[in-house]
Amino acid sequence: MSEIILLAIICLAILLCLSRMLKGPTAPDRAVAVDTIATITTALLVLLGSIFERYVYLDVALVYAVLTFIGSVAIARFLEKGI
Amino acid sequence: MQVIGTVIAGIGTIFLFLGSLGVLRLPDVYNRLQAGTKCTTLGAFLTIIGVGIMQPCWLPKTLVIALFILITNPISNHALGRASRKSGVALCDKSVVDKAEEFEEYQGRK
Repeated sequence: MSEIILLAIICLAILLCLSRMLKGPTAPDRAVAVDTIATITTALLVLLGSIFERYVYLDVALVYAVLTFIGSVAIARFLEKGI
Repeated sequence: MQVIGTVIAGIGTIFLFLGSLGVLRLPDVYNRLQAGTKCTTLGAFLTIIGVGIMQPCWLPKTLVIALFILITNPISNHALGRASRKSGVALCDKSVVDKAEEFEEYQGRK
């Protein structure tokens, strides 16, 4: 039961970041919001694995963390000097 | 064990919520970046470690994920801040000091 409350708070946090991503005046604002959402989603995946009692979700969270790190660095590189 | 893990995960979740509230409310790219990186790193770390304490046989893999986030999240956010500085995003009106501009002036004078 308590895990459901934690899940609700995390979903509310993702919604707040999503509104900043839709509203943000410049491109780096949106990139920061997307990066924050990616880190929150990693924690959300681990919590979902604990709720559903599935060990596989930890692998999914690890691969998601690696891919979002590479994606953030690529977006930063693109904003700095273009492709 | 269950209670300790739930309390630690709850503290981490509150940190995640406060970090995203800062991303929504703060006035500037750099302030948003600070809220988004500090609160989110600590919050994700505490949440994942809390889940590892709730289910003790998952502890090694959750420790690996938490350490990976602790290392890579500041690096990617530093790259984003540097890129937004280089692409010319202005600071907000209430800012009082701009060390990067002072450093560029100092280098130009030398």
